[in-house]
Amino acid sequence: MAEHYKPTKYKAWEMTIEERFSEYHAPFSEREAKLEANRCLYCYDAPCMVACPTSIDIPTFIKKISTGNVKGAAKTILESNILGATCARVCPVEVLCEGDCVLQGDHKPIAIGRLQRYATDDATERGIKFFKAGEPNGKKVAIVGSGPAGLSCAGELAKLGFEVTVFEKQKWAGGLSTYGIVVFREPLEVSLAEVKAIEELGVTVKTGVEIGKDVQFDDLLKDYDAVFIGVGLGKVPPMEVPGEKLEGVVDGLDFVAATKTEPLDTIKHGNRICVIGAGNTAIDCATIARRLGAERVTMIYRRSEAEMPAYHFEYQFALGEGVSFMFLTQPIEIVGENGKVTGLKCVRMDLGAPDASGRRSPVPVPDSELIVPCDMVISAIGQIKPFSFMDTLTALGLQNVKGYIKVDPKTNKTDHPKIFAGGDCVRSHGEASTVMAVQDGKIAAKGIYEHLIGKQAVTVSAASKA
Amino acid sequence: MVDLKVNFAGIKSPNPFWLASAPPSNSGYQVQKAFEQGWGGAVWKTIGAPVLNVCNRYGTIDYKGSKIVGLNNVELISDRPLDINLREMAEAKRNFPDHAVIASIMVESKKEAWQEIIKRTEETGCDGYELNFGCPHGMSERGMGSAMGQVPEYTCMVTEWVTEVTKKPVIVKLTPNITDIVHPARAAIKGRANALSLINTINSVMGVDLDTFELSPNVGGKGGHGGYAGPAVRPIALHMLSAVASDPEVAKSGVPISGMGGVETWRDAVEFMLLGATSVQVCTAVMHWGFRIVEDMIEGMSNWMEEKGFESVDDFIGKSLPRVSSFGDFDLGFQSVARINHDKCIQCNLCYIACNDAAHQCIDLKELKITNEVKERMWPVVREEDCVGCDLCSKVCPVDDCIEMVEIDTGRPHITWNKLMADKPEVLEWDKMEEYRKGAHIHIH
Repeated sequence: MAEHYKPTKYKAWEMTIEERFSEYHAPFSEREAKLEANRCLYCYDAPCMVACPTSIDIPTFIKKISTGNVKGAAKTILESNILGATCARVCPVEVLCEGDCVLQGDHKPIAIGRLQRYATDDATERGIKFFKAGEPNGKKVAIVGSGPAGLSCAGELAKLGFEVTVFEKQKWAGGLSTYGIVVFREPLEVSLAEVKAIEELGVTVKTGVEIGKDVQFDDLLKDYDAVFIGVGLGKVPPMEVPGEKLEGVVDGLDFVAATKTEPLDTIKHGNRICVIGAGNTAIDCATIARRLGAERVTMIYRRSEAEMPAYHFEYQFALGEGVSFMFLTQPIEIVGENGKVTGLKCVRMDLGAPDASGRRSPVPVPDSELIVPCDMVISAIGQIKPFSFMDTLTALGLQNVKGYIKVDPKTNKTDHPKIFAGGDCVRSHGEASTVMAVQDGKIAAKGIYEHLIGKQAVTVSAASKA
Repeated sequence: MVDLKVNFAGIKSPNPFWLASAPPSNSGYQVQKAFEQGWGGAVWKTIGAPVLNVCNRYGTIDYKGSKIVGLNNVELISDRPLDINLREMAEAKRNFPDHAVIASIMVESKKEAWQEIIKRTEETGCDGYELNFGCPHGMSERGMGSAMGQVPEYTCMVTEWVTEVTKKPVIVKLTPNITDIVHPARAAIKGRANALSLINTINSVMGVDLDTFELSPNVGGKGGHGGYAGPAVRPIALHMLSAVASDPEVAKSGVPISGMGGVETWRDAVEFMLLGATSVQVCTAVMHWGFRIVEDMIEGMSNWMEEKGFESVDDFIGKSLPRVSSFGDFDLGFQSVARINHDKCIQCNLCYIACNDAAHQCIDLKELKITNEVKERMWPVVREEDCVGCDLCSKVCPVDDCIEMVEIDTGRPHITWNKLMADKPEVLEWDKMEEYRKGAHIHIH
């Protein structure tokens, strides 16, 4: 959505909550899509395509939209990225395809994301199936985690004739697309439709099954010819400040998930909310809170605007939604009365010398404590890395890089010959994103194919931006 | 202050912008409204033989979001009663004495019929007549319109019938649906026409519906040829105008030409006038946007004239005619090559693929290291020694003034094909041609 973000024009009290949580952008009409598609120069060896981690042939799909061959456009997209409908909505297009559009300079780049959404939605609405399961090759693969990496891997493997079973501990499949992307950016149905499309390729998706609890990892290794791990990351880590157990302190990811899976009018939220962190999830929490009706939402971040990890367009979006920011402010205690949150005690910071990450590290300003009165604190300061079965993996000889599973980037194979991995759980460096996870799944599928069947006939174009 | 006034074979008009004989000039209401908004003249929608019209009358070509790049119609001449048209014509002329009111006429090919309607129309006080020898649909099947304009002898004969009975200027409107438009132009002059106008619409079928398999325009499930107009036909009109205007016989007669066919803006009007038109006629653009477009036409042309130092339209009418030539007289020694300005280039590489797939493979993609990017994309670079100067690359380039065609001297002799044929007719044999090329430093790769 991105560059298309505009300041909120709605008056919240004039809209129903469903309207406030409907997809932020109306879909392109046929005429809008054609007009936008016709703006595309149809570059030869186009930079947008190079910038796409899944190498979608963007000029070709846009050309097809312009000729009215929308079905063909969707096929071009989905051939490279089976989760094209999700990526159309969640990709940081400003820093990927649209950011490299040759019209970036003097003109407005082509709205590639929205055109991709137009084509993939059309295919979903018309129930078009582009792929079928490959001739069975007798090999079985288990996929742990049904997020973008797992689904992408499962889909590619099914096309190649593997018998694939996906294990998902949650009630629904889809991972972050289902639980972690704010609903006005990606409605739940989009993610679930992608799961369905992959199931239609013959993939078995077992939800509510947790590896290490309901099924042992060793059994997977025994029962399957290969295992792909795409479990993502864990919950938000503790802030390590007093008061974290108070009523009204919530995990940001849980907060987002609630808006995806529970009736909107039943979601408990405060009226004066502090969101801790300044990443994209923190922004999601803050904007959701505003749209749920919270009157004052303040994002608290210990560094300055320049260091905030959220995309710039997300920051702009939050500003437009009426979210206020307190930069260079570090929470030191959550204060409460009768077990409930009443405020967030913070200390002001100054920027000191650069730290290990190269960013200037914040230094507390003496005697600058203040209390921000609030009735809810949402923590969105990142995700924890340890997995419930990391010990099992380590025992099997898997190595890690800074807590992320170590893989060979060419095949996404781990140090164990039967175990492959991808997605956020291997993203030890670079930006964690859905589209990179999809590409990881593709690479792993190719790796599994080559490992189990031999080096024939699979082409997976590699990600260009690490 | 520049003067846009026009004297067209004695027909005076405050500016060269006239409504063409078409739906916008169908009634007194429309013509007077157009005059109020600034149109200098109007050729009334053709009056004459009784007709019956059909529904859906139009088909269009829309291109990449632009509507009506081309417009086709199967509407006939005026279906309003003759006496109403004549009464309104008289009223319009009375109310706007300084504007040009021209009656367009089409009747069956009988001397009495033509002379009778001319005599009746004389009483309106109109400034002149335009004989519609161009309508390619509906009327032509009844032996009128283009059926007449396609046969020079008929064109001459009917023109004579009309000029016999009127002293007012007679304009003959020519059809483009003919191999060489110069022949009917000469025939009209032979028939003592005082002026010419061109082009009428071009025969066309606009399209086929992929769901219903019906044609466009769709008349109750059936379709057929209609008359094509609008911006898409402008190059064809310009060609025919330049051919007629530079014909020695036409030029010698001194008859003025009213140009039309896709005129939409003052720029288009200037182009027609540079190629010899004294006035221009407009239909499709008015059908698309209404009469109000004339304000910009007047203002735009005036501004342009001021910038160029022209005081009256006569200062530039026909100014490009001396440049009208033909292949045999082109300079075979004129050489140009493409040069790409990498400061402007956005690396869409459309020039590269056009040259590589559809021209002469003279553009390479090269590493130039002219930016600070770590992974700099390849740049299109012209191999000038191989560039044939076809100019396709600059035509596909989406950036203004990025690819320039630069004139170079390769030592080729400055000679025309006609001169070469006179001097060295033997080069029509391949081996002699090769010999000539070698001597003339012409290398085909």
